Amino acid sequence: MSLDTAAVTGQGEGPSGRRGLDDLRFALRNPKLLAGGTVLLLLLLTAMVGPFFVSGDPNAYVGPQFAPPSGDHWFGTTSFGQDVFTQFVHGLRATFAVGALGGGIAGVLGMLVGFVGGYRGGLVDEVLNMVTNIVLVLPAMVVLIIAAAYLEARGLMVQGLFIGLTTWPWAARAIRAQTFSLAGREFVDLARLSGRRSWRIILREVAPNMYSYLVMSFILLFGGAVLIAAGLDFIGLGPTEGVSLGLMMHHSVTWGSLHLGTWWWFIPPGLGITAVVGSLYIANVGLDEVFNPRLREL
Amino acid sequence: MTVEVSELRVHYRTLRGSVQALDGASMEVGDGAIMGVVGESGCGKSTLGKSLIRMDGRMRHVGGSVRLGGEELPIGDDRAMQAFRYHEVSLIPQYAMSALNPTRRIGRMIGELLESRGVRFSEAKRELTRRLELVGLDGDVLKRFPIELSGGMKQRVVLVLSTLRDPSLLIADEATSALDVANQRAVAEALVGFRDRGFVGAMLFISHDLALVAQIADTVTVMYAGRSAESAPASELLRRPRHPYTRMLLSAVPTVGATIDERRQEGIPGSPPSLLDPPTGCRFKDRCPLAFDQCETRPPFVEVAPGHRVACWKAE
Amino acid sequence: MLTLERVSKVYRVGTFGTQPLNAVRDVSLTVPPGAVVSLIGESGSGKSTIGRMVLRLTSVTSGTIAFDGRNVAGLNGHRARKEYYRHVQGVFQDPFSCFNPIFPVDRVFELLRGEYFAATPDTEWRASMRRSIERVSLDPGQVLGRYPHQLSGGQLQRLLIARALMLDIRLLVADEIISMLDASTRIDVLNLLGDLREEGLGILFVTHDLSLGTYVSDTTVILRRGRIAETGPTGEVFASPRHPYTRGLLASVPRMHRTWAEADAELDAETGPCPVHDSAGSEHPADPVEVGAGHFVGCFSNDTCPE
Repeated sequence: MSLDTAAVTGQGEGPSGRRGLDDLRFALRNPKLLAGGTVLLLLLLTAMVGPFFVSGDPNAYVGPQFAPPSGDHWFGTTSFGQDVFTQFVHGLRATFAVGALGGGIAGVLGMLVGFVGGYRGGLVDEVLNMVTNIVLVLPAMVVLIIAAAYLEARGLMVQGLFIGLTTWPWAARAIRAQTFSLAGREFVDLARLSGRRSWRIILREVAPNMYSYLVMSFILLFGGAVLIAAGLDFIGLGPTEGVSLGLMMHHSVTWGSLHLGTWWWFIPPGLGITAVVGSLYIANVGLDEVFNPRLREL
Repeated sequence: MTVEVSELRVHYRTLRGSVQALDGASMEVGDGAIMGVVGESGCGKSTLGKSLIRMDGRMRHVGGSVRLGGEELPIGDDRAMQAFRYHEVSLIPQYAMSALNPTRRIGRMIGELLESRGVRFSEAKRELTRRLELVGLDGDVLKRFPIELSGGMKQRVVLVLSTLRDPSLLIADEATSALDVANQRAVAEALVGFRDRGFVGAMLFISHDLALVAQIADTVTVMYAGRSAESAPASELLRRPRHPYTRMLLSAVPTVGATIDERRQEGIPGSPPSLLDPPTGCRFKDRCPLAFDQCETRPPFVEVAPGHRVACWKAE
Repeated sequence: MLTLERVSKVYRVGTFGTQPLNAVRDVSLTVPPGAVVSLIGESGSGKSTIGRMVLRLTSVTSGTIAFDGRNVAGLNGHRARKEYYRHVQGVFQDPFSCFNPIFPVDRVFELLRGEYFAATPDTEWRASMRRSIERVSLDPGQVLGRYPHQLSGGQLQRLLIARALMLDIRLLVADEIISMLDASTRIDVLNLLGDLREEGLGILFVTHDLSLGTYVSDTTVILRRGRIAETGPTGEVFASPRHPYTRGLLASVPRMHRTWAEADAELDAETGPCPVHDSAGSEHPADPVEVGAGHFVGCFSNDTCPE
């Protein structure tokens, strides 16, 4: 019986309250999580606080054209004389916003569909599963391009909404599978026998057992949304107003900064997107190691 | 070959310190004998089984020795053990087949396993088929997929496979515990049959089921909290148990036909001690009705009758 | 009190869910108050499915499960279901999996409180919780506030029984509740069931272990591939088993003081012809036939009956 070894090793464990502390200890010792988290936090801080310091319209013409980085214009200026640093700071904010919105919508949808399908089973599950699979096989980028091309006024919100509506299926599928296995566990049966309503069982019994998983799903959805938004912006289907890192890249390429060698125009937004997504993924791998005892190193 | 385990101590490393899962286990299995090892969860019986063939990364060999036919097994040395595994010491785990690839035919899987152990499949095949027939399986079973076999059939295939090199020691760790009674009996009887034919030397039959052990074992060792409590020929242990733990354990097991209305049986109050910080002296003393001052020192595991060893100050 | 009338459960299996799997077939039984009915069968015999159907965790394909004459499947609405669970509760095989590992064990009680005792004042609730825990011979101070992995399987299992006792339960479905416990604590849980039976509780005791099935049981039901092979008063079934399957089980179950060979020798006598085949022509030809007072035997050939 495997209980034997379980009992042997289990005996040493303290209360689960300490398990939370344990997780924290592992988190603080995990270099991947620390590095990813620090970079992410710095970028987030820049995006949140930055625009207050570099106030003014990021698209305003404020300086000489094509000026390389200098004390006046830290990241240089564009071919129109716009300040690249101002654009970068505002763009970073837009990038985070679209990530949070797109990732958030996808996360909520994925959880809703996954939880309900996995817990209910039967016909409900089959229908939801069918919808999930249909959305999953839709070429999301193509749908987004078509939708974006038809929409007159494109804003950040609309972009985030569309990204959210098309990227939830894989999260839903994964959450459904986890819910399905948890719903068969005996403590869920016991909650049913206690006369609990289904939605409370999902919220209070099933979900807490996969918090770590939900957090990681959201991080991946967030990163995905940032990338998709940047891609849309880059091919010119981004917000018609405002500024974003993707749009900056789009403009820099459109106005030939690659040929002219004005590297300060496209390097900052490119690096910004890479840094956001990269640090998210690295932090995610770190989180996985923290939450998953099998990946822990003693 | 005889197997002598003396004062074997194997600890688990955990975040909170070392768990003394095995802390002075001793037993002796004669050549061609089946030794049943029984005890509650966490008594160290599974740790014992693992220690004799392969320790996992968290296990540490702290003391004591295992001798196989007079030669010491290097159980703490993973690489040195490699030469003994399968050929000299072999194992039947509880769910052997469920861990295997379900898309491979059994014959191919066995072939690969044998090759990895340095045995030519083509040479071993005749003997393999012969032995499969001995346990009531058709040679055709090799062409099937694991999923097509019942649990009892799988365990019999595993039995044949793990004893193909006539190991000197076979460890059956809860080998029949997942089976229903009819299959359990078939596998247990196949084990005895293989011993009778000399396919295995000594056998360690680890089980939580005393009644099953009583059916097939020649000698039985009762373990408690990482130590041997009592060891005796099976019939002797069942009829004249000397250790208070053995006595209480035997009286706690209901047998077929026993009813609460005829005779109410009682369990053992309390629970086994934590092995992270086990009590000094006799580890059973907190649950023992006979405990007295002397139990503060560890009772030696001594012979009180021929082949009957007990670790208790009160056992005479 | 609890009556099962020709209950069947069919699962759809296979790639497209087209093949029917008869998990339970035409099972009829009753659990009166103050009696223990043992449902004994090997894995795949449908014994747990029956327990889950009684607890409404699995739907019934055909037949009726009635509690006090009311069809259990027909309980519509949350309120009716809640009322049912006030009287009928279950305890399951794996005590560790019954507790949500991330909460203290008290939570299984809190769950009940939220649903059934919302109006009970705190002190009164705590007192009745302690009483219930003491009733299963546990020390409330030692178990409350602990986490599941800090307690033994036997303690957790008794806690779950204590939880059920908080309600005015009249029927307890005990599904393999001791098969994961150690020998030293198994008997305590069995004794507890015996005591509860004395107090008038009806118990449906599901197990695969014959020896555990006899210790505390009034009626034994032996299941084989979803069908009743043999049923009757426990002493009767074990003293003179009629069905070859029951006899095979009894011969295979390991016993401490009797070898398998001895058990074989005792059972060597002829089983006689299948009584069901003799009674062909009745309304339900495959139904078990009464061979003694309350002692029924199903068809020997099971799947092919009637031929």
